[in-house]
Amino acid sequence: MAATEAGGRAAPVNASANAGPGMGTGSRKAFYQFGYARAADQDAFAATGKPPRHPIVVVGAGPVGMTVAIDLAMRGNEVVILDDADRIGEGSRAICFFQRTLEIWDRLGVGKPMVDKGITWQVGKDFLRDDLVYQFDLLPEDGHKMPAFINLQQYYAELYLVERIVELPRIDLRWRNKVSAIDSHADGVRLTIETPDGPYEIEADWLIACDGAKSPLRAMMDLEFKGEVFDDRFLIADVKMTADFPVERWFWFDPPFHAGQSALLQKQPDDIWRIDLQLGPEADPETEQKLENVVPRIEWMLGHSNFELKWVSLYSFQCRRIDRFVHDRVVFCGDSAHEISPFGARGANSGVQDAENLAWKLDFILKGEADTSLMATYDAERSDAADENIGHSTRSTDFIAPKTEMERTLRNAVLHLAARTEFARAMVNSGRLSQSVTYATDFSTPDTEAFSGSAKLGAPVPDATLRTAEGRET
Amino acid sequence: MMDLITTSQLAAPDAAYNMIVDAHRGLDEKDSAVLNARLVFLLANHIGELSVLEQAIALAKEEL
Ligand SMILES: Cc1cc2nc3c(=O)[nH]c(=O)nc-3n(C[C@H](O)[C@H](O)[C@H](O)COP(=O)(O)OP(=O)(O)OC[C@H]3O[C@@H](n4cnc5c(N)ncnc54)[C@H](O)[C@@H]3O)c2cc1C
Repeated sequence: MAATEAGGRAAPVNASANAGPGMGTGSRKAFYQFGYARAADQDAFAATGKPPRHPIVVVGAGPVGMTVAIDLAMRGNEVVILDDADRIGEGSRAICFFQRTLEIWDRLGVGKPMVDKGITWQVGKDFLRDDLVYQFDLLPEDGHKMPAFINLQQYYAELYLVERIVELPRIDLRWRNKVSAIDSHADGVRLTIETPDGPYEIEADWLIACDGAKSPLRAMMDLEFKGEVFDDRFLIADVKMTADFPVERWFWFDPPFHAGQSALLQKQPDDIWRIDLQLGPEADPETEQKLENVVPRIEWMLGHSNFELKWVSLYSFQCRRIDRFVHDRVVFCGDSAHEISPFGARGANSGVQDAENLAWKLDFILKGEADTSLMATYDAERSDAADENIGHSTRSTDFIAPKTEMERTLRNAVLHLAARTEFARAMVNSGRLSQSVTYATDFSTPDTEAFSGSAKLGAPVPDATLRTAEGRET
Repeated sequence: MMDLITTSQLAAPDAAYNMIVDAHRGLDEKDSAVLNARLVFLLANHIGELSVLEQAIALAKEEL
């Protein structure tokens, strides 16, 4: 396997913050670089002209593709993963992972490194201009193995997933294997793959498309990606700061250092702080990314200039989804199926839940324990989940970035009342933290008898103590 | 589901009307909008029924 041959372990390559092409102030090179290795399939295809066939091919080694691959492999299936890149750690993306995601990763053997490296915060503060309007304290809940959430850079999450893959002989992870064409038919998919050694072809019984929000596979299949595109741009900055600073999440509506917009500050591991600055639709991205504009705002937020800028980039956000998640033997999973604006941190979190929903179903189908119609339940349940997540993050985006003057007046009225009343605090929406979706589809047969426990139909089972046959509690 | 009450409930309708108008007196348009926004949220929470709020919005939005 490529990753093994690159030294068995992912090796840090570069963590500098030098200016790079097209990234304004700072571009970080990849943190972890892996090697390309020629796959036996390439020789087989060259020799016979016949594409070797695999039961499961996953396209995309992002958090979602790796999760679904690990889950399927741990259930005894052979999995090929193809990724067009050979590195992780480029760019700053997800930083917040929730309990349900951590529980799934824990089952797959990667929960511990994530939780050990990740950090949590408890106190969140929301400001309107200079005034603290709302402060909340997320007290840790007892009785759960996994914390409610952790902050962890996405590249660490990806690194731990790669390291887990290296331990699993059933996964064949191929870097710099870019899928350039697919031919989907009723009982399989033929893929054309570009590599540094030239193209080759393989066949898959099932193809899982985890190729991200821009999904080239979705485009190859001419599938629509519909939804709302927000005009506002956001500037994301990561700064390193070792100074004493409370580990709290601070959110400003209409900050004094950035009138009319919003700003968010929260901590990640390695003394890195994530800053999100809303720029508004009219902002000129070039100007906004200039150091002389970015640095003073950060100085104001932190109250000093004792920090080092590690990464700056601009994003605009969308809430869109694909109409159907399953097309014959091609299954969309993660961002390729739904793009969710980051308020509430639902992107990767919901993708990991797609992965877990899909893995056991596909495993049943491949083992002949269920027929392919089971896949319709994946489509139904995860479509519902996508709608729910998109609904939440759209409402957060609307609250954070009001679209008209009157919307802003209403929003600020809530913030004003939040400092004075409890009901208004419940309306303040600087991102609703992601929770696992409760499936209300037809597959959750209704209870016929009353039940008083906290477990709900269609929802994950809460952590509980089990008693063994010998009467021991675990 | 509760119905929106549209029959007179206030013992002194004139006083209620004047109370609201007085509250706006001396405010410019912008501040008036702010006052209205705050009032709407306070009263909506006091009502505490989404369906009543929905009926009130529908009635208020007639011809808009
Ligand atoms: C600023 C920001 C903050 C965010 N914060 C959070 C957060 O706090 N919490 C959260 O849960 N989510 C967050 N998200 C969303 C999260 O980053 C994504 O939801 C997540 O990366 C999706 O994972 P994925 O595996 O579906 O796709 P990706 O991570 O996009 O991975 C797709 C992979 O497919 C590969 N690929 C693409 N095309 C091909 C091809 N033709 N052949 C082979 N390989 C291909 C790519 O190289 C890539 O490795 C945030 C996003 C942004 C931008």
